[in-house]
Amino acid sequence: MRVRQLKDLLAGRLMIAFAIFSSLLVFLIAIALYWRSKPILEAKSLSDLLLGSTWLPFQGEFGFYPFILGTLYVTILAMIFAVPLSILSAIYLAEYAHENLREKVLPLIDLLAGIPPVVYGVFGVLAIVPLVEYIAPVIGKLGIPFLRAESYSTGFSLLAGGIVLAIMVFPIIISISHEVFRAVPSEIRDASLSLGATKWQTIKHAVIRTALPGIAAAIILGFSRAFGETMAVLMVVGNVPSVPKSVFDPAYPMPALIANNYGEMMSIPLYDSALLLAALILMLVILLFTLAARLVLIRIERSMAHG
Amino acid sequence: MDKLREEKLFKSLMLASLAIVVGSLFLVIAVVVWNGAPSLSLSMITQTPKGGYYLGKEGGILNAIVGSLYLAFGSMLLAIMISLPVALSLQKDYIGKTKAAYYIRLSLDVLWGTPSIVYGAFGFIVMLYLGMRASLLGGIIVLTLLQLPIMIRAMEEVVKLVPEELKEASYTLGATKLETTLGVVVKQALPGIVTAALLAFGRGIGDAASILFTAGYTDSLPRSLFDPVASLPLAVFFQLGTPFPEVQQRAYASALILLIIVLALSITSRYLSKRFMKNIIR
Repeated sequence: MRVRQLKDLLAGRLMIAFAIFSSLLVFLIAIALYWRSKPILEAKSLSDLLLGSTWLPFQGEFGFYPFILGTLYVTILAMIFAVPLSILSAIYLAEYAHENLREKVLPLIDLLAGIPPVVYGVFGVLAIVPLVEYIAPVIGKLGIPFLRAESYSTGFSLLAGGIVLAIMVFPIIISISHEVFRAVPSEIRDASLSLGATKWQTIKHAVIRTALPGIAAAIILGFSRAFGETMAVLMVVGNVPSVPKSVFDPAYPMPALIANNYGEMMSIPLYDSALLLAALILMLVILLFTLAARLVLIRIERSMAHG
Repeated sequence: MDKLREEKLFKSLMLASLAIVVGSLFLVIAVVVWNGAPSLSLSMITQTPKGGYYLGKEGGILNAIVGSLYLAFGSMLLAIMISLPVALSLQKDYIGKTKAAYYIRLSLDVLWGTPSIVYGAFGFIVMLYLGMRASLLGGIIVLTLLQLPIMIRAMEEVVKLVPEELKEASYTLGATKLETTLGVVVKQALPGIVTAALLAFGRGIGDAASILFTAGYTDSLPRSLFDPVASLPLAVFFQLGTPFPEVQQRAYASALILLIIVLALSITSRYLSKRFMKNIIR
């Protein structure tokens, strides 16, 4: 009898210890990255690092500006493609689609989520890069801001990165916002419909309005995923460390910077510290975004449970 | 009439979006199959790279296939050993309803969003600190960390679905929490646990950024936990990076192999979970 109780107690304690350990991992990662990026933070001012645009590690120049902008641009571009397509798809799946269709499409979207980044990279190199190379001179002539092609585009560009990333974040935005739409209480729909509103008016004025915070959370989570994605982007974005002026220009996002250079040339002073600072910045930005999005989603979940 | 026209317009926009999304899945698969299939050969999956392989000479990527399987299996097993207790402790029988569980879940969510390159950098710092070099073990550890949040979340979802009545029946019979957890909860949630493990396996076998610095790369088959090991995603990446068209062709074929493994895994896990579900008490 005593043995059983003792076992029970010990196992319970052990399980909880595991849980606490795994939740401390976030802090462990942040502390380790901070510890290793401290040398460069002490040697240079933060504003020089973030706003400087010269990247010459051999001469001790570490300006992250082009990389930060590269990351932001490629992510924003991806979101421009992904957000409308994903939200519209999610609305259709949640509100219009027949049970049959939904059960066939959702697994496909899960498949999309399971495809490895390098496979997306290969797809990008084979299909998207040539496409961009082909359309760049045509669209570039029109003289639209951000869509000019000043010089010849090889196709390895912001636009290629944006398109590939967009496909990669479809599943995240769709599956989360689909859940959010499904969580909207049916009373809200019924009330609107009984007042004589059409289905679309109901969705537009009642469902979307109720689901708005959740949609925002889904978008933020998609944004974070795109922001930190490394391999697929690295393979199609060109990796030229200058601020891109057009979507047909190459860019050099921060994850690609880390992947391409970390582990090599560690003998250059401060170089690895600078790269780990890049990792720390990535992590902190994503941490803030994820926290914000999750807090919203937890709220929704709770109101569902109570209401 | 106008509002109906608007509805029609939006409905067709939605259908078009859905078609683009689903179409992009098939497009990705089609492009990789189309370009990868022609250079896929038996020698590619049965041989390791011979001298001059990266210049277009004889050989295959068996080293990467075997390496990836080792990495993914090793990390999956480790991740299960950590994730299962964590998921079980998040039941309301243990700490599930406490404030601590709330923060644990939140921090797991943040981990879930952390990019794999950050895991890679972190893994490398730890390895430098411990004086380890890039190796199978290093790769397994980093991939385990990467899989943890995915696996715990997925397992917790299925553990939550176990009916309270079943647990109560077990308690009534005098079973302890541990006995109930192992005998009832784990047994009931097993299909979901398997699915969660396969999901994480798929993530582990496909990730490149996290093992770039931690697992290394080698042309030989893995011999010990402390030797560097090749992996499929990095095989794709390195072959694509060479200037030789023949080798780039092989990168496409390697990507196809990786895609086949991942798709097969996800279809199997879906099938398995459906099969198992029949034997479960609801």
